Amino acid sequence: MNAIHAENLSFSYQDRPVLHGISLSVSCGEIVAILGPNGSGKTTLLKIFSGILRGEGELQLNNKNIEKYNRAELSRLFAVVQQEPRVNFPYSAAEIVLMGRASYHSPLALETRHDLEIARTSMDRTDSLDFANRYLHELSGGEKQRVMIARALAQEPEILLLDEPSAFLDLKHQIQVFELLLRLNRERGLTIVAALHDLNVAALFFPRLVLLCTGRIYRDGAPSDVLTEKTIQEVYGIRVRIEHDSATKKPQLFICPSLS
Amino acid sequence: MKVLDRKKMIFVNSALLILLVLSAAACTLLGPVRIDLSEALKNLFSSTADAEILLRARLPRVLLGIAIGGGMAVCGVVLQALLGNPLACPQMLGVSGGASLGGILGLIFFPNWLLPLAGGRLGEISWIPLAAFLGALFSMVLVYRFSLFHGRLHPYHILLSGVILNSFIAAVIMFLNSIVDFYQAQGLLFWLMGSLSTRAYVTVGFIWSYILLGFLWLWSKALSLNLITLGEDAAMHLGVEPGALQRQVFIASSLMIGAMVSVSGMIGFVGLMVPHVMRLLIGSDHRLLLPASFLAGGIFLCWADTLARVLLAPAELPVGIVTAFFGGPFFLFLLYREGRRSLTL
Repeated sequence: MNAIHAENLSFSYQDRPVLHGISLSVSCGEIVAILGPNGSGKTTLLKIFSGILRGEGELQLNNKNIEKYNRAELSRLFAVVQQEPRVNFPYSAAEIVLMGRASYHSPLALETRHDLEIARTSMDRTDSLDFANRYLHELSGGEKQRVMIARALAQEPEILLLDEPSAFLDLKHQIQVFELLLRLNRERGLTIVAALHDLNVAALFFPRLVLLCTGRIYRDGAPSDVLTEKTIQEVYGIRVRIEHDSATKKPQLFICPSLS
Repeated sequence: MKVLDRKKMIFVNSALLILLVLSAAACTLLGPVRIDLSEALKNLFSSTADAEILLRARLPRVLLGIAIGGGMAVCGVVLQALLGNPLACPQMLGVSGGASLGGILGLIFFPNWLLPLAGGRLGEISWIPLAAFLGALFSMVLVYRFSLFHGRLHPYHILLSGVILNSFIAAVIMFLNSIVDFYQAQGLLFWLMGSLSTRAYVTVGFIWSYILLGFLWLWSKALSLNLITLGEDAAMHLGVEPGALQRQVFIASSLMIGAMVSVSGMIGFVGLMVPHVMRLLIGSDHRLLLPASFLAGGIFLCWADTLARVLLAPAELPVGIVTAFFGGPFFLFLLYREGRRSLTL
């Protein structure tokens, strides 16, 4: 079954077209990275998938048209980790994670023991339990991001969408997050779609890469098919050398600066 | 993990409720005229002067003050949450101006617009709260429309257009005030100055019912209000439909603001200060923040009004002066603190 099935999806912000005729299927339990330069439409595509933006064309989630879902149903199907978490009010990290349970209980009820347990395991998985009681606005960018991922897990979604999940993370926590994603994918069959900038990380952790260029799918396939010296030159306009890592057999990019 | 649990809900709310009842009792006893309490209580139902002052003059005023203080605080909480701006309040959104204008148009064009209750036996109810509600709703819709681009609400546009609308409406009110005749103008000014004064119990009950209705409506949205403070996108991801929430909050708070402005004018700073203090004390979870702010706002205005009554006794200060006296410096402090925080982030 396809978790996400998009056919001929287009979108424009007013008169500025962003996506042109995207057709893409992600089957249940797949893990996919969306790549592309700034402005190639990665974030917009994720926003259409999660129902924030309405594109033209056909979009089915679990073989059901997205129009047939209401917001609460979508929030149990999808969890989204956004690029920049915005919090203007003093909430503790634990409160933020518990908000992931909102669509599971009635609007006036307090969280049950079950909700608390799920929040705790989610925070444990993302290594954020230590600062559960601190205010979110006091945390560093990396700590914040781990709390946001914990909230997404607390939603118990079938599909996890991430927009630059590692943007604020140091090397250790970057690797930790991607290993966590892989584990969630393997152990629980969580479908994962992540928009990424770091091509080497994408090649290491994701078996399928979708490379966008100016709102169109440029390549879609295994890392060694997508990341070639030619495609990078064409899409990013820079010269790179690609070698396959001897241990993992994955392609890795080496940048060849024009001045050196 | 420290999160909102039943124990904290019950503890905070009952502590505040006890404080509110004590404050109400104390404020009823305090005033320019000393009341012999034992005398008054003994003759509670015969009309001695003491009992009259206690039951007919002070108690309804204290009850009105509680409703209005609580209502202002609740409106402050929800508007701040909705706009994601800790400094939002009804004055800044042009809502209070709209309510004033609605009320004034009502006063000018339908001065005798009263609805007799039970054939006039229980007194009459003024339509002015309804006119003020329509004014508040109208200005809120206007500000909303001017800040909505491509289905998205832009908080900065809301604040800007609210401030502009408020000064525009202030000009319209001044203009109206200068074209009506002298007596009417005096009546309008008195109404605009905004102060609590003694009202019949029917009016107090009527205002309480508007405010309670609005409060319960907003309280039922507490969880969605928590989520919307994370921004529209995040709220959508967590299952909230922002447009529907915004409309309901606007209608419910207009209802409350209309009712409040119609009896007391706009009493400033309660809606800004109380939510802030409460967030610092008990956190930002609206399931607790809303009832706690209602109670705390009631306590605050109850005391502010008592100060207004006794400071220059037998003369009386408009309560707005007292709240502004505390609120102005507090607002500056908040701005300063917000500025420092955003620099250190």
